[in-house]
Amino acid sequence: MTAPLLGYVERPGLLHTLTGTAKLVLTIAMVLAAMISFDVRFLAALGVLSMIGWALSRVRLRDLATVLWIILTFMVLNNLLIFVFAPGYGSELLGARHVIVDGPGRWDLTQEQLFYQLAVTLKYFAMLPAVLLFVATTRPPEFASSLHRIGVPYKVAFAVSLALRFIPDIQREMRTISQAQQARGLDISRKVGLVTRVRNVVSTLMPLLLGSLDRIETVSSAMELRGFGRGRGRTWYDVKPMRTRDWVTILGAAAVVAAAIVMVVVDGGRYWNPFGA
Amino acid sequence: MSPRISPVTRVVAIGIGAALFFVLGRFLAIPTPIPNTTINLQYAVLAVFAVLYGPLVGVLAGLIGHVLVDATGYGIWPTWETGTAVFALIVGLVMLHNHVREGEFPRRTLVRFVLAVAIANAVTWVLWAPIGDVLIMGEPASKVFTQGVLAFVANSVTAAVLGGIILGIYARSRTRTGSLTLDR
Repeated sequence: MTAPLLGYVERPGLLHTLTGTAKLVLTIAMVLAAMISFDVRFLAALGVLSMIGWALSRVRLRDLATVLWIILTFMVLNNLLIFVFAPGYGSELLGARHVIVDGPGRWDLTQEQLFYQLAVTLKYFAMLPAVLLFVATTRPPEFASSLHRIGVPYKVAFAVSLALRFIPDIQREMRTISQAQQARGLDISRKVGLVTRVRNVVSTLMPLLLGSLDRIETVSSAMELRGFGRGRGRTWYDVKPMRTRDWVTILGAAAVVAAAIVMVVVDGGRYWNPFGA
Repeated sequence: MSPRISPVTRVVAIGIGAALFFVLGRFLAIPTPIPNTTINLQYAVLAVFAVLYGPLVGVLAGLIGHVLVDATGYGIWPTWETGTAVFALIVGLVMLHNHVREGEFPRRTLVRFVLAVAIANAVTWVLWAPIGDVLIMGEPASKVFTQGVLAFVANSVTAAVLGGIILGIYARSRTRTGSLTLDR
């Protein structure tokens, strides 16, 4: 496994110098704000904020090209499905109806529907890049210590770092087992029937799972021997001290969430409705 | 889950369970034509963890695993990640006080497991995730409920069949308590 885990991109930019804690708080705040609000203007502003973050972190588009394609495909499909299932939902929400194209049956294209789907799409734009940016600019070990800092119990934070530690191992093991089984003639591709495929998948899954359960025993014995869980807290190998810029980031995060709430109050609801009477 | 599992083992089980969930979710997902919905092997494994290590381990392993899958894929989708946690919670709660670790997996337990998986999937994919999508993400109800029912059917079948097979094999690999008799 040479591919870096979690898509961390090593290219020192402004966001790389922030502590994981500050970035985590900012990311959570942006996701939260995007969840709360349905105001198109606010969501667009959040999206722009993410773009600025991308520019500052010097993460190139190419680094995350595959991921962006997946998101784009997902957005297009999702939008089509929304239209197929609920072409009148926009009018229902916004309480007005301006038909642009008179489609067959109930599938009329209305301004309200377009506006509503724009809001849904912008919601992804506000929410998804922030998380990807966090992942691209934070080293995995720092992630666990950041979780602990924002108040997650250290045992849970340690479980997260265990997960990150064992993902490459399990991945390697899965490939080994799968290749060994294929060498024995167990096919899991489309060439065999579904029942055979399921049975063959099970015979790949079983050794992986039993091996992992054994590993749990071994690792927990080793940790118990070293006295894990005796103390009330623990220290982390990968911790950066908080600096002014981190506190500024955290303040900014609070402002983003506050703005989302203010917008709900100002709009008198989660939707901003330019069509309203 | 027997009460003898040490807290350290639980921490490790959460970590490795999440790693397994990640690897299976990332590299072994079979896509369906409905976006955001795939046939998932990882739920079978998660159900097995919830049975063997209890609801708490299941919840955290599922939550961490799913957040990692999504955060490295296309970003966070909160209603579905918490849905995974709800799924593991219900399976774990329904399956409390089982003796699979001691090598006992009678038909009774298997039936309970299948029921647990079905209930958990129903609550998660037909109630929790779609309602969350409507309330938080503002998606139209008819769309998300269609997705939810599809996910419910696919996940129930996969998790019940695969999970049942896995638990059966696992139980056979364990030494039963009291399996030795005194030879006179």
